[in-house]
Amino acid sequence: MTTTALRARTEHAWARFAARRLARLLVSVWVLITAAFLIIHLIPGDPVRAALGPTATPELVAARRAALGLDDPLWQQYVDYLRGLFTGELGTSMTSGLPVSQVLGDRLPATLELALLAFAVAVLVSVPVGLLFAVLTRGGRRRPAELGFTATSIVLAAIPEFLLAVALVWIFGVNLGWLPVAGRDGAASYVLPVLALALAPAAVLARILRVETLAVLRADHVRTARAKRLPDRHVYLRHVLPNSLTAAVTLGGLLLGSMVAGTVLVENVFAWPGLGSTIVSSILAKDYPLVQGIVLVYGVGVLVVNLLVDVALALLDPRSTIREG
Amino acid sequence: MARRWAGVLRSPLGASAAVLVAAILVLAVLAPLLWTDAATATDTARISQGASAEHWAGTDSLGRDIFARVLVATSLSVRLALAATAIGVVVGLLLGTAPLLVGRRAGRLVTAVVNIAVAFPGLLLALFFAVIFGVGATGALFALGLAIAPAFARLTQTTTARVAGLDYVAAARIAGVGRFRVLFRHVLPNVAEPLVVNATVAAGSALLAFAGLSFLGLGVQPPDYDWGRLLGEGLGAIYLHPAAALAPGVAVVLAGLAFNLFGEALAKVLGERRPLERPVRRTAAEPAPDDSAMLVVEDLRVAFPGVEPVRGVGFAMDRGDAVGIVGESGSGKSLTALAVSRLVDESGEVRAERLSFLGADLRAGPHRRLLGTSLAMVFQDPMTSFNPTMRIGRQLAEVACEHQGLGRAAALDRAVDRLDAVRIPEPARRAAQYPHEFSGGMRQRAMIGMGLMGSPALIVADEPTTALDVTVQRRVLSLLADIRAADDVALLLISHDVTVVEQVCDRVLVMYAGRIVEDLPSAELRSRARHPYTRALLAAVPDMTTDRSLPLAVIPGRPADPAHLPTGCAFAPRCPLADERCTATEPDLVADDAGRRVACWHADIPVEVRA
Ligand code: SF4
Repeated sequence: MTTTALRARTEHAWARFAARRLARLLVSVWVLITAAFLIIHLIPGDPVRAALGPTATPELVAARRAALGLDDPLWQQYVDYLRGLFTGELGTSMTSGLPVSQVLGDRLPATLELALLAFAVAVLVSVPVGLLFAVLTRGGRRRPAELGFTATSIVLAAIPEFLLAVALVWIFGVNLGWLPVAGRDGAASYVLPVLALALAPAAVLARILRVETLAVLRADHVRTARAKRLPDRHVYLRHVLPNSLTAAVTLGGLLLGSMVAGTVLVENVFAWPGLGSTIVSSILAKDYPLVQGIVLVYGVGVLVVNLLVDVALALLDPRSTIREG
Repeated sequence: MARRWAGVLRSPLGASAAVLVAAILVLAVLAPLLWTDAATATDTARISQGASAEHWAGTDSLGRDIFARVLVATSLSVRLALAATAIGVVVGLLLGTAPLLVGRRAGRLVTAVVNIAVAFPGLLLALFFAVIFGVGATGALFALGLAIAPAFARLTQTTTARVAGLDYVAAARIAGVGRFRVLFRHVLPNVAEPLVVNATVAAGSALLAFAGLSFLGLGVQPPDYDWGRLLGEGLGAIYLHPAAALAPGVAVVLAGLAFNLFGEALAKVLGERRPLERPVRRTAAEPAPDDSAMLVVEDLRVAFPGVEPVRGVGFAMDRGDAVGIVGESGSGKSLTALAVSRLVDESGEVRAERLSFLGADLRAGPHRRLLGTSLAMVFQDPMTSFNPTMRIGRQLAEVACEHQGLGRAAALDRAVDRLDAVRIPEPARRAAQYPHEFSGGMRQRAMIGMGLMGSPALIVADEPTTALDVTVQRRVLSLLADIRAADDVALLLISHDVTVVEQVCDRVLVMYAGRIVEDLPSAELRSRARHPYTRALLAAVPDMTTDRSLPLAVIPGRPADPAHLPTGCAFAPRCPLADERCTATEPDLVADDAGRRVACWHADIPVEVRA
């Protein structure tokens, strides 16, 4: 086989991988959209009456129902909803009267910033720490260090982000007064929310990475790398890390997914003007169109993360694409 | 089974987690009875006060004691968490066994939906359902239960799929046993263990999640209160008196941690026993003189804590020599090879009277360049000895980049050339492939090619053909022989297979219990072996005259355990010639005029007499 033929075959495997993955994404998105659409119909009773309260006049309720298209047949509403999605038309917020798309556009950046920064911090902290502790404690060495590491990571991982947030507020806001504890105003205001969101995932990731790295360190191919007399740093970075990362990436993706959800709680602790604080207030206000929109955004966010994880895995581990394809 | 469960209590972690969980459950029952009055008594004289001797965690905006409220809230918090977990488990079980209960097609649909739902974080699902079920404790309870369900459905599915495929389950179904009976009699008992473990962990997470929902105002509503709501109230006044927020926070963390740890302890006892850590290799020592021989090993010892698997091995090799080390597993032969190549892990201590290679004292310094270019290693399992995430060509090229200062392109060219040299067809194409695209034999040849990146004086091959099938074995061996002949490369071949060593090597070292017990030319192996162990090894090899219908002859008795060696000759317990002298004193390795060495008190008893 010539090099071109080989390349063609590899490309073929990639194409099949991409097609398969894309199909899965589309199905998931469709299920998500349908679920979001159904929210308003699954609620027991009349959602408009619930939103407007018992004091609203029947005329007002009827007018609002008509405006939301709730009196049309269900399939008609579904078609309208889908059509609306394609044109970026997500309905109108029942409380503010603003288009849902506009509210999303206003709020999304703050949440995205928070999630991405937290993820970056979690990865940048956990990868070196996990690798370092694996190397330090391999073969049962430095038991105290191992114990300290494991205990710290278990405890950190067990504290949910909103409690960590409260603890951080108490330590750095109340006691030390170093950092602002509410709002999004300047770099300092990012520190606590990002930390609250990043610490637990960082702990989990570091722990997994250490375990994976220990396993890889025992692998035959690492002995081969040693037999090549490569410098230690080179053995760890090129032969150990890529192999322990594959396992960590799967988990990292799950963590990023739950980090997207974690923003909801953290934003509420820090009064962060993002989607997370908005979804809670809109649920409490029974502002269903807005809830639908935010559910969609969060859901798509999670799906995109999952997709990225699969791609990263395929890139890191050459076996995964071909094995499946 | 009950005894295995009890095992949880035996580990300190499991025991303390169990105690903590028990304490929380007891508190959940008793606290409302004991402290409800204290928790609801308002004291307008003491509104929103900090911690004091009277009110350990201060008072809230109505002057109620927060510590008492936290204690009482245990009940609602724990009950809601357990109820949510129960809903999750039941719904999960139903969804997970759907393929079994409602037939294949509907089951498929359920499975597909579950697979999509599993991809979403629990909190998002909980929020979604909370919208539908409405704000409040009941709504949140069902929301959380349904959010937990997909994970359990997934767990049940995988376990069920495995169990349902088992013969007896299939047989039961064919015998017309009803679906529910199959489910209860055969499937559920198998799912029970992982289910209990996961449910325990899930209860911990549910506790935290419920606290989260109540904290957001979506869960428990006033006048009821759980930890989450207390926390939400406390946060608003955190500048005034932090204890109001910290006390319920600590309670949530403790309770969540207790359930999580208990679950993990259960999992450890019931489930995965991890394989013992097997050490990897490396060395340390001091300087000494050099010698004319290419490799000189004198009194080499390798010790791990409590054992000394290699106990004073000595031999020398010249350029082009082929020496084989044979012995049963545990004889120390592989460890000897690793010690010579300086690849014993730091946990092993390597000492030697002398250990010199090409004039360099291997006991001092890492000798990276020398060992990297002049000593080649071939390991037993070609399937696992390459880095799966790196292309073969790059793995070879690394050596040249590191030790010969070649650039990437030049190093890769050399790698392709070396792959060609080990008879890998289309080397340029192959170099661009990953290890999993190579067959076992081809990988082993690539491994040899890796050794040829430098200009090796010695190839150390540790069981290089054991993992390969016979025809491939022969090709790898002949490749090694050719390289040796062409470039005057020495070969140190480690094998449990006397025949292989006999074919490839000109000298044989027989190892037993960490020592060399016999050293002789391989041509004389069959005619002049004097050590009873060597004879026994040879007798265990099937040859042309062996009756293949008989079971393979084995050496009677068990191989020596390096941790418990007898005094005297280590082979004595299995030796037909053993007498008192043998069990009293260990024989030295003694050389005869022709350089043959043997360590046996009765080596002079003629072979014929023994048979
Ligand atoms: S020394 Fe004795 S026990 Fe050991 S091998 Fe020789 S005869 Fe057997």
